[in-house]
Amino acid sequence: MSRFNWYVSAAAAAAMLAGTALPAFAQEQFIPVLSYRSGAYAPNGIPFANGFTDYLKLIQERDGGVNGVKLAFEECETGYATDRGVECYERLKAKGATGASAVSPLSTGITFALTEKVPGDKIPLITMGYGRSESSVGSVFTWNFPILGTYWSAADILLQHIAQISGGTAKLKGKKIALVYHDSPYGKEPIPVLEDRAKSWGYKFQAIPVTHPGVEQKSAWLQIRQSRPDFVFLWGWGVMNSTSVKEAAAVNYPRDKMYGVWWSGAEPDVTPAGDGAKGYNALALHPPGSDFVVHREVFKHVYDKGKGSAKKEEVGEVLYNRGLINAMLTVEGIRTAMAKHGNKPMTGEQVRWGLENLDLTPAKIAALGFEGLVPAVKLSCADHEGVARAYIQQWDGKKWVKKSDWIAADQSYLRPMMEAAAKKYGQGKNIQPRDCGKQS
Amino acid sequence: MPEFLGPFLEVLIGGLLAGILYSLVALGFVLIFKASGVFNFAQGAMVLFAALALVRSIEVLQSWGVNAGLAIVIGFLFSGALMVALAFAVERMVLRPLVNQEGIILFMATIGITFFIDGFGQQIFGSDAYQLDIGIPKESIFLLEGVFEGGILVNELDLWAGATAGLLVLGLALFFQKTRIGRALRAVADDHQAAQSVGIPLNHIWVIVWAVAGIVALVAGTIWGSKLGVQFSIAQIALKALPVLILGGFTSVPGAIIGGLIIGAGEKLAEVYIGLPYFDGGIENWFAYMLALVFLLIRPQGLFGERIIERI
Repeated sequence: MSRFNWYVSAAAAAAMLAGTALPAFAQEQFIPVLSYRSGAYAPNGIPFANGFTDYLKLIQERDGGVNGVKLAFEECETGYATDRGVECYERLKAKGATGASAVSPLSTGITFALTEKVPGDKIPLITMGYGRSESSVGSVFTWNFPILGTYWSAADILLQHIAQISGGTAKLKGKKIALVYHDSPYGKEPIPVLEDRAKSWGYKFQAIPVTHPGVEQKSAWLQIRQSRPDFVFLWGWGVMNSTSVKEAAAVNYPRDKMYGVWWSGAEPDVTPAGDGAKGYNALALHPPGSDFVVHREVFKHVYDKGKGSAKKEEVGEVLYNRGLINAMLTVEGIRTAMAKHGNKPMTGEQVRWGLENLDLTPAKIAALGFEGLVPAVKLSCADHEGVARAYIQQWDGKKWVKKSDWIAADQSYLRPMMEAAAKKYGQGKNIQPRDCGKQS
Repeated sequence: MPEFLGPFLEVLIGGLLAGILYSLVALGFVLIFKASGVFNFAQGAMVLFAALALVRSIEVLQSWGVNAGLAIVIGFLFSGALMVALAFAVERMVLRPLVNQEGIILFMATIGITFFIDGFGQQIFGSDAYQLDIGIPKESIFLLEGVFEGGILVNELDLWAGATAGLLVLGLALFFQKTRIGRALRAVADDHQAAQSVGIPLNHIWVIVWAVAGIVALVAGTIWGSKLGVQFSIAQIALKALPVLILGGFTSVPGAIIGGLIIGAGEKLAEVYIGLPYFDGGIENWFAYMLALVFLLIRPQGLFGERIIERI
């Protein structure tokens, strides 16, 4: 046998052995991790994935799993691309004793694609702070869970804030608000709310798209320079955010009149812009920092054993904390499901029930070590969002500083919009809405 | 002065300066195609690789207490040497075994090189966003403030990019026209076998041309990295260079510059005056290709490309 053939044979044998090792998942609860650690969006994808996997490791190391059932997880690189995200989902959905527990794609594009697939596979789709806004209506979107906020909530919170600092909604009349957005399903999400409010509040709305990945924005910011809006909302991701902040500085647009969504308010979004980012505002879904109880636990049980995913100094960054929270919600969905179905690996369908009946009271949040990081959350058949609130944070050149109180989204305005949009979606897909009064 | 003129000139000048930045990347493509007849798909990845090597080496040196100026100089020498080493590796492992193969085979090989460099670069240098500050001024300048309200905005970094591109073109033109190696490069581009038969060492020539393209990638990576921060997306700037090449011709150094200026100005004017008012924006990416396509239909070899007539 030639040396080349020998290598090929050895590789084939190794691949076969690797295949036979798969049943190790047999009695474990499997959680797929769709992440992006390379490519254009890696600076934002990495801290999120680190937080997510560190929390799963904490549960494993400290508690030995959930109620004695060990967790298994596997990362799959999506590169933030919808096709690769769907491919990852297909590859991981059937792994483990009971298949994937729940999937968190960290991409609105992948969410749109998976929304069509998860009902058939019976796997819940957790889109914490992103995804389709109308999917908070659980009676139609049975499998989607945009927990803690949607883009419509975010747009409403931003409008409430600028109305408040301007002296009331009446004072917005005649003002100009521009939205600089990632030209993708994600970036387009807030437009219906911003357009609708423009009609009733009387401000002029201008939407300016930026094509993927957002490295070339000169024409967008020359438009901003010419139209001089009173406020600019930024709906970017990855390199687009820091480029927008730099371009704003280049055209002398005041950074303190800029407001990013919570996906445009992390450290990688401002640090590349240096001093040019000072004064830039963004929504905060939760505070940054590593001085919460859960971080002490992560340091003790994961990092002190040399098993951490990130560098120690990166623990507590905005997106790290978001990954941590997303993983905690997934684990608590599984735990809630076990309370009904017993301590064994849960199916996706059982985890869906667990998520829908999730009730994280302040006492439970504190016991989990998330006090001050996550508000009390209670989901239901009708409401898959649970709570929608955020505050405004401002970059001072070195760190994010809290600039407002928590602001809750106006559900009396948003809910009818979401229900109308969900109804339209359901009719288009022949989905019979569930009767939430009869759900147990 | 008509009111529209100020904003129009601002968009036009902004577009021209953006176009020069595209030209910097396009130059690397032209060099390799001109000298070896290979369309090097990996040029964008080389820009990222060089910029990552530069920014990370400067970071490491500064963490060792080396002063900023010296760290920048050593960083440039290190990343330049790395690009030359890459040229050697590409010639030895990819091009030499494929000598006299069809152009499409070599093109496919460069696609492989692209993915390798992208992944390998991020593995060893990291995939975060890194701030590159080598002292290039980045302040905004407002020209003709007395003539137009608010003046015409120009960024200092873009002016530096323009000056750098000009120097590069001058240097490359002299290199190709006035040196023995330059003439040998052009002979190899015309016909590998014929060049070999008159004693031109093909392997050396390929190493030289890939090394020069690597240095051009380092210059482009430095400018783009200073503008955007060094991160993966600068590899995708290569996509912006393609319409520039189609328009300017694959074999012309001045063509890359003129093509860049036309594409840059064309796409920015189209976005502001057609895209945003009539199409909700977002047209500049495809408009650049459409513009290039129109040129292609009229002049298939590009503005300055060589017209190749094959007699049968």
